[in-house]
Parts: sequence; structure tokens; C-alpha cells
Amino acid sequence: MGIAALPLADFEAALLGTDRVAAGRILEAVCALEQPLVAVEGLVAPVLERIGAGWERGEVALAQVYMSGLICEELVEEVLPASKHRRINSPRVALAVLDDYHMLGKRLVHSVLRAAGYEVLDCGRVEPEELIERVIAEQVDVVMLSVLMLPAALRVREVVLALPQHVRVAVGGAPFRLDPELYREVGADAMGRTASDALSILRSFAELAA
Amino acid sequence: MTSAERVTAAISHQEPDRVPLFMTTTMHGARELDLPLKDYFTSSKNVIEGQVRLKEHYGGDFYYAVLYAAIEAEAFGQDVRWCDNGPATAGAPGIRNIEEIRSLEAPDPRTTPCLQRVLEVIAGLAERAAGETPVVGLVVSPFSLPIMQLGFERYLRLTYEHRDLFWQLMAINEAFCVAWAEAQIAAGASAIAYYDPASSPTVTAPAVFRETGLLIAKRTLSRIPAATAIHLASGRCLPILDELISTGTNMVSASAEEDLAETKARCAGRVTVVGDLNGLAMRRWTAEDAEAAVKSAIAAAGRGGGFILADNHGEIPWQVPDSVLEAVRDAVDRWGRYPLSWVDDEGD
Ligand code: B12
Repeated sequence: MGIAALPLADFEAALLGTDRVAAGRILEAVCALEQPLVAVEGLVAPVLERIGAGWERGEVALAQVYMSGLICEELVEEVLPASKHRRINSPRVALAVLDDYHMLGKRLVHSVLRAAGYEVLDCGRVEPEELIERVIAEQVDVVMLSVLMLPAALRVREVVLALPQHVRVAVGGAPFRLDPELYREVGADAMGRTASDALSILRSFAELAA
Repeated sequence: MTSAERVTAAISHQEPDRVPLFMTTTMHGARELDLPLKDYFTSSKNVIEGQVRLKEHYGGDFYYAVLYAAIEAEAFGQDVRWCDNGPATAGAPGIRNIEEIRSLEAPDPRTTPCLQRVLEVIAGLAERAAGETPVVGLVVSPFSLPIMQLGFERYLRLTYEHRDLFWQLMAINEAFCVAWAEAQIAAGASAIAYYDPASSPTVTAPAVFRETGLLIAKRTLSRIPAATAIHLASGRCLPILDELISTGTNMVSASAEEDLAETKARCAGRVTVVGDLNGLAMRRWTAEDAEAAVKSAIAAAGRGGGFILADNHGEIPWQVPDSVLEAVRDAVDRWGRYPLSWVDDEGD
């Protein structure tokens, strides 16, 4: 099956309608013909990116982003263990929320990354010191941070300054979306406007490293 | 004109002497009094004094009796986390298991200390206002409050997977919201901001909103005996604008992520538009940027009244420098005088 023939539109419609059964059937059909990881990269990841872009344009609601991420995460959890390639674990990605009691942004990014086949180190809600220790101990290459409030966004700078130089930092959350210059001000390498941007950010980091 | 006359004319879709300005400064009052934010917000006397000074300093057209949105979660027994350079926010969700909704009891606004503090602020400001300045209070909508009560993820799941418990929670929150608004009005609030970003298409799909947030807003707003503003906290409004207007509200907030002229055109003669300066961007504004932003908002939405200039979120961040707020004040004074003949001239 060529990539062009993948049923992207049907899969997207099933997810937006939170129809887990239909989405599962489509993914299974593709997996019958392709390696699971290829199916995930060719079908699941691009559709989640399309849904994310739809949210960014105001056409798709957050609840739909959440439910589609969740469905894909579960479906991929089922198909990937059967794959001989298993999960993508390079680069090593860590994910965290700074400060705020707001886990949804991180949750959405987590779903997208897992659904796209990545291994993810979820650090939960952390203080900068704790995060830095874990990143160093676990030899993380990319840190993804989600925040809700402006003071937390400003604290990203503390993290950036304390991390080893080679570790790349991507950020996201409302303060960054609404002030597009903020991520550079705090020293982050990239900013995601929607959860699925995590995938394009990882691609751009990989290109830079190559 | 007094501020009250100016605002009344604007929301009656007439042109007052100048565009009214809602300078949505909450935390800046602590700066005026040189107090840490926690000390400031835990004393009604401080907030009253802070608001009076803010109006003198920045010349806005209201007293803003808003402390922090998480105060309602606090009233339900939840922790509040203080921050020395930003708003107080809700701690871990109060409802840990959705089954607790069945026995959840709403606090009584008149006997709950944190809410009594807000009522004291309103009463104090109403006294200072002597009818010349509107005092605006705030309620978090029954539909948006659960994001703090349950945490966002569990709330999304509740709306999708447990509609019965969802509606049970709404009934509790609606009764609380109405009682809380009534108490504020009785204390002297002239208008109530109904803070409902969960209804915004930024958060909820319009189709889902029509069977949830919209019904709740209609029911709740019809029981609030004062002017109301549906405030989406900078979330988008255009896809649901007609529905928002159908609730009978008097004002709707505009999002900096949408076109203000379009929002105004669709609201003209129906509801007043409040907005839409981007408070987060304001941090890095120069005086010239502030003037340009004020000018462009007035050009887009000022004509014919029905417009109040404000930020688009309902709270200007602590990090926004005083000089920017002063520049906003001066720009409204310079470009906001009716008739707005300069707008017609520049448009020609
Ligand atoms: C809904 C909402 C509310 C609701 C619920 C908030 C909550 N989650 O707790 C209520 C009514 C309770 C509320 C209250 C307040 N709010 Co509010 N609220 C919003 C609103 C409209 C949406 C926020 C939200 O939860 N969105 C859903 C989440 C999932 O979206 P998100 O975090 O942006 O994540 C998306 C992307 O950014 C991206 N993403 C997120 N993280 C990451 C990370 C990576 C690596 C990547 C790639 C992508 C990514 O993916 C997600 C979707 O795809 C925003 C404004 C807006 N236009 O966004 C203001 C906003 C978040 N609120 C704000 C504030 C200040 C408050 C209050 C403090 C106000 C007050 N003084 O009381 C309170 C505090 C509430 C609390 N928790 O204690 C500010 C915060 C910035 C600031 N000024 O400091 C905002 C940005 C408004 C503004 N324009 O200034 N609010």
C-alpha cells in the first residue's frame, strides 16, 4: 500500500467522531499490509497533526484533540508490541509540567508522542531542580515543557540555563501561543502551538543534528 | 460624563463622550500599595484601596471587584497556591473521585470567609463609587468551574462518559453561581462578568456547547438580576456568537485571536463588545505599540457605541509595566473621543 493510498480522511473522521471501533478497524487494516511502525508513522501521526492544525484554526475542539489522542495512544499500544521495531527511543524525550496544576497540555503531548510510536519519559509536575536532575540521570536529549500561567513560562529560563548544552528544549502552553516571542526570550529552542507540533519539532531537531 | 454614564451609554449602543476603558488590573493594586500579592488579596481593605488608586492612576471606567478566579474553588474547600509574581491559582482538584459529586455541597457565599472578603470589597467600592463608577463582580460559570474542581482531563471525560454525573454537578454549580451573583449584586455590584472560557470554541466544540454550556448559560444568566458580560477569557467567540447573544447577556468578550471589526459588526446593536488588547503581548509593548493597539481597536470597533476597550482576558498580567498602562490610558484619551471622525477620515 503506498502512503498516498492510506485512508487518512476516514481515520480522521473516525477520531473526530470519537469512534474508537471504526478507528481501530482502519488501523488494523493498514497494519495487515504494513509494518505497524510504518502504519503509525504514515497514518496515525499525520492525522493527529491534521487534527492539531484544525484546533489551531479554531475548527476542532480541545475535547476532540484529547479524545483522538487518547484513542490513538490506546490503539498504538495494542499494535506496536507486535512490531519487531517496537518504539522509537532516539532521541530520548522527557515531558513535564512546570509549576501549575494543569496537566492537560502535557497529557495531550504525551498522547501524540506515544501514538506516533515514541518512548517518553513522563516527569509529571515538577520543580526545575528535580527536572534537571532527572534529565541528566536519564540522559535525555529533548525536554518538552508545558505551562499554563505566565510566571511558570518565565521559569523555563531557569531550566534552560541549568541543562547540559546539548539538551534541546521545546515549550508549549497558552502564554507561549499568545505571545509568540516568549519562547525565545526564555531561551527555549522551539515552541509548539498545538500538541501535535511536538512531532514536527522532533523532526526539526533531528534535521539540525544531522 | 461620569464613568457610569459613559458605560451605560455604550452598552445602550449609543456613543458616549469617549470610548469607555475597562482597565482590568487586579494585581497591580498591590503594586500601588507596595504590598506582596498575598497580603494584598487577603485583606478587603487593601483591595478597596488598591482599586481606588488604580482608577486614579489609570483612569479606567470601572472598579474591578475581582480577586482571583480560584477563590470559588477555595470556597468549595480546595487549596489555593499563592505566587509572588502572578495570580493565585487552584491547587490539586477538590473532587478526587467523580462519585463524590453525588454528595457535593455548595458553599453559602454569605458565610464562607473567602467569598465574604469579596463581598466586603464590593460593598466598599460601591460606597466609594457613589453611583458614579460601575462596580463589576465576577462569577466563574457552572460549566467552567469544574476544570478547577476536577482537573481538566477528568472533566473532559466526565462530559463524554458520565453525562448523568455531569448534569448533577451542573445543577450544584448553577445554584451556587446564581447565589454567588445575587450576593454580589446585593453587596453593590452593578454588573457581573460570567467567566466561561470552557464554552469557547477554543475549548469546546460548538455542537457540544449547544447541548451543554449554552443551556447552562441561558438558565444561569436569566436568574442573575443585573447586567452581565459573557467572558471567554481570551478564547475565541465568533463560531458561537449568535448563541452567546441569544442568552440575553449584555456584553461579550472579544479574543485577540479573532478579527475585532468582524466581531463588532456582528454584535452591533445587539450586545456590547469588550476587548481585545492582548495582555500577554503587552509585556513587551513600547508606548508607541500601546498607542497603535488602542487606535486600531477603536478604529475596528468604536463607532456607534456598543464597545468597551479592555484587554481580551479580563486580567492584565503582573509583568506588564505601569508605563504601558499609562500609555493605554493616554491613547484612549487621545483617540477615543466621540465622534470618532478620525476613523472615518483614515478609512476614506
Ligand atoms: C479555560 C481557561 C480557564 C479556565 C480553566 C483553566 C485551567 N486549565 O485551569 C478557568 C476559568 C478556570 C480559568 C481561570 C484562570 N485563568 Co485561564 N484560561 C483559560 C483559556 C481560555 C484556555 C486554557 C486551557 O486550559 N486550555 C486548554 C489547554 C490544554 O490548552 P493549552 O494549555 O494552551 O495547550 C495546548 C497548546 O498550547 C499545546 N501545548 C501545551 N503544552 C505544550 C507543550 C509542548 C511541548 C507542545 C509542543 C505543545 C503544547 O497543546 C495544547 C492543545 O493542543 C486560556 C486562554 C487561551 N486562549 O488559551 C486562559 C489562560 C490560561 N488563563 C489565564 C489566567 C491568568 C487564569 C487565572 C489565573 C485568572 C485569575 N486571575 O484568576 C485563573 C486561574 C485558574 C486556576 N487553574 O487556578 C491566562 C494565563 C497566562 C497569564 N496571564 O498568566 C490565560 C492564557 C489567558 C490570557 N490570555 O492571559 N482559565
